Amino acid sequence: MIPEIALNPELATLSRVIVLVALTFYAFSFIVLAWALTKRAGGKGKKDKFANRLDAIGLVLMGVGVLANGVGVLTRGIAANRVPWANMYEFSITGAFIVTAIYMASLLFRDLKFISSFVAGFVVLIIGSANTLFYVQVESLLPALQDYWLVIHVSVAVLATAFFTIAATLALIHVMKESTLIAKSKLRGVQWLARLLKVFPKVEKLERTSYQFNIIGFILWSFTLIAGAIWADKAWHRFWGWDTKEVWTFIIWTIYAAYLHATTTKGWEGKRAAWLTLIGFSAIIFNFTIVNMYFKGLHVYSGL
Amino acid sequence: MSSSQPSKYKVRKEYNEPIEAPDLSLKSWARWLWRQLTSMKIALYLLLFLALASIPGSVFPQRSADPNGVVLYFKNNPELAVWLDNFQLFDVYSSTWFSAIYILLFISLIGCVLPRVGVHYKALRADPPEAPTNLSRLPAYKQLTQTEVNLDNAVVLLKKRKFKVIATEAGIRAEKGYLRETGNLFFHISLIGVLIAVGLGGGLSYQGQRVLVEGDTLVNNEASYDFFAPGLLFDKNGMEPFSLRLDSFSTTYDYKNPANYGKPMDFIAKVSSKETPTSPLVKSQIRVNEPLHLPGAKVYITGNGFAPVIVVRDKDGTVSYSGPVVFLPQDSNLTSLGAIKVPDAKPDQFGILAFFYPTVAKLSTGALTSNHPYPWDPLMTMNVYVGNLGLDSGIAVNAYKLDVHAMKQVAGGKSGVKALRLSIGDTVELPNNLGSVEFKGLKRFASLDITYNPLDIWVLFFALTTLFGLVLMLIIPRRRVWVKVSKTEVEVGALAKSKDKSLDKLVKDIAKSLKKKSK
Repeated sequence: MIPEIALNPELATLSRVIVLVALTFYAFSFIVLAWALTKRAGGKGKKDKFANRLDAIGLVLMGVGVLANGVGVLTRGIAANRVPWANMYEFSITGAFIVTAIYMASLLFRDLKFISSFVAGFVVLIIGSANTLFYVQVESLLPALQDYWLVIHVSVAVLATAFFTIAATLALIHVMKESTLIAKSKLRGVQWLARLLKVFPKVEKLERTSYQFNIIGFILWSFTLIAGAIWADKAWHRFWGWDTKEVWTFIIWTIYAAYLHATTTKGWEGKRAAWLTLIGFSAIIFNFTIVNMYFKGLHVYSGL
Repeated sequence: MSSSQPSKYKVRKEYNEPIEAPDLSLKSWARWLWRQLTSMKIALYLLLFLALASIPGSVFPQRSADPNGVVLYFKNNPELAVWLDNFQLFDVYSSTWFSAIYILLFISLIGCVLPRVGVHYKALRADPPEAPTNLSRLPAYKQLTQTEVNLDNAVVLLKKRKFKVIATEAGIRAEKGYLRETGNLFFHISLIGVLIAVGLGGGLSYQGQRVLVEGDTLVNNEASYDFFAPGLLFDKNGMEPFSLRLDSFSTTYDYKNPANYGKPMDFIAKVSSKETPTSPLVKSQIRVNEPLHLPGAKVYITGNGFAPVIVVRDKDGTVSYSGPVVFLPQDSNLTSLGAIKVPDAKPDQFGILAFFYPTVAKLSTGALTSNHPYPWDPLMTMNVYVGNLGLDSGIAVNAYKLDVHAMKQVAGGKSGVKALRLSIGDTVELPNNLGSVEFKGLKRFASLDITYNPLDIWVLFFALTTLFGLVLMLIIPRRRVWVKVSKTEVEVGALAKSKDKSLDKLVKDIAKSLKKKSK
C-alpha cells in the first residue's frame, strides 16, 4: 500500500508567490544587465566603469533571484510531497533555477559575464510563461510516475538542458558576430547591433566555451536517454518504443552527435557547428513545448 | 564516423581531407565510394538525415506504438492516409528509407572505427611523433633566447604530468591523453554492441497480451495469449512452462486531497504463479512500475476494467450462458461496453450489448454516464438483439463486439421496449419470451503484457559502456609537446586535440623549468 499523501495547497500558493518574487528580481537583473551591455556598445567596452558597476548590481539581483527561485522550487516540492518536476510549470521553475545556478557557478571558472543579460532574459521568459500559461495546482502523481526514476531521469534532463542553454547562447552570439548580413547592413538599428556585437569576445573563445558546455550537456543527455529506457522497460514493458517523446529525445541526441562530428570536420567547425548547436537547442525547446502540449504519446504529463 | 579527429592533426588523413574524384575503373569507384562512406563528413550528413527522417514518426501515428491512431487516421482522412501509407509514413522506423539511412550509418561507423583500432594500437606502443618543422605555427608556442637550458627539468615536469616522454640532445617529444582516443573507440564500438543487441534481441524476443479476469489462469504458451508477437528467431516450443493466476485486482483512489479527488493512486494485481506445473505456488503482486519477473518473461499490468458475472436462463429456467464477461472501458471513469452472446438460445440466437456504469449518473440530456471509476453505485443497461450471431461462419469474430447489422433489436433504442436496467443481484425478464438475465456479481479484469527479451541486459550493458567511452573521449585532453634545441635558440610548442585553453600555461611551465638550474 502506498502511504496517504498529504498535499498542501496553501504552501503551493506561497511557493507561487516566492517564484514571482524571484521573477521580479530576475526582471530587474535583466534590465540592469542589458543596460550595462548597451552602455558598453556605445563607448569604452570593457573599461567602462559605469557598466562594470551595473554588471555587479545585475549579478547581485540575479543572485537574490536564484535564491528565491530555489526556495520556490523547494516549497513546491514540499507542498506536493514529491520532487517538484512532474508537470510543465514545475519543469519550468526548476529548469530556470538550474540554468541560473549553473550559470552563476560557472562564472567562478569562466569569464562568462558577457551573456548575463541573455541568461536573465531567458529565465524571465521561462518563469513568466510558466506562471501565466502552465500554472497548475499541486497534484499527486499517477501510478506510472511514482518511481525513483522520475527523480533521476527528469532531473538529469533538466540539468542537460541547462548546459545546452548556455552553449546555445554562446553559439547565437557567435553566429551573429560572423553574420555578413548584420555586418554590412545599412539599417541604423542593425548597425547598432553590429557595434554591440563587437563587445563580445572573439568567436574562437565563444566556440571553445560553447563546446565545453555542449559536451557536458551531451553526456547528461545520453544519460537521460539511457535512464529513460531503463524506466520505460519497467513502466511500459519495453525499453524503446518510438513514443513521440522518445523520438524527440533521439532526434536531439543525433543533432548534438552531428555537432560533435562537425567540430572536428574541416569546413564544418566554427559557424556551421554553431548553427547545429542552435538547431539542437531549438529541437529541445520544441520537444519541451510543442511535443509536450500537442503531440500524442505516452509522456502526457504536461499537466495541462 | 570517427569523432574527435581534430582538424589540426590527424591519425589518418582521409577522414578529413577532400577526396579526389575517381578515375573510371570499377575498383577505384568502389574505393572512392568506400572512402566517401567512411568519411566524417558523410557520417555527419547521415546523422542529420537520421534526425530529419525521425520527425515524421512523431507527427503521424505509428502502427508499432499507436495502432488505433492509425486506424482512426484512415477513417478520418482515407485518401491522404493511403497516400501517406505508400511512403511508409505509418511505419517510419521500419521503413526502407529510414532503414537505408541507419544501415549506411552503421557501415560508415564500422568502416571508420575498425581501422582506427589498429592505428591507435600502434600509437599506444610507438614513441611520441617527431616535432613538426615549424613549431611557431602550433597553437601554443614559446621561444627562449638562451641556449643553455636544462632539459632534465622539463622531462621531470612532463613525466610528473603523465606524459610519455622521449628526450634526446636535440630536444624533447612528449604526448599524453591516449585514453581520449581509447574512449572514442570504446564509445563507437559499444554503439555497435547496442545496435547488435537491439537487433538480435528483437529477433529472439516475444510479446504477448492476455486479459485475465480475477480467478483466471494464464499458462505460458502461444495458444493462451489473446495477442502473440514472436520475433523471427523466437522458438515457440521452448517457452518456459510457467502459469499465473490473477487472484485479485484492486485500485486505490485518493479521497483525502481535494486537488486529487478520485484520482487513481495505485493499481495492484495480486497473483499466484508457478514456475513449472510441479513447482510450488508463489504469491506476489504486480503494480505499475513493478513487473513480475518469471523465468523467461516479465509480466506487466497495462489496463484494467470490470467483468460483470452474467447468467442467462431460457424460459424453462435452464442456464444457457453463465460467467464473467469482459467489458471494455470507454472512458476514464470506466463506463464500459460489453457483448454477451447466447448462441445456444432457442429458437433464435440472441445477443446483448450492455453498458456498465460503476457510479451511475445522469447527464442533462438524460443519457447515463459514470462519474467515478470505483463501483460505488453500479448499474448495467442492456440492449437485446435477436438473430444470427455469425459465430458459425468460420470467420474470426471479435469477442468483445456484437455485430448487430443482421440482427433485430428487441430491447432498447427504437425497439419500443425500454433497455433493461440491472443492479448487482437483479434478475430481469428478457423480451420476446427469451427467458431471463441475471447480474450475479462483479469481478475485475487486468490486461497483462508478457514480454521476453533475452538480450535486454546486453543492450543496457553496451549503453552503459557507451556512456563510459563518451565521458573519456570528451573529458580527457590529449596533448603533444615538443622542445627543440638548436645552436641559436630553444623552442617549446604544444598541440591539443580539443579546444584547450590551458595549453599556453603548459608551455609556459615547461619554458620556466628549462631555465631553472639543476639541483
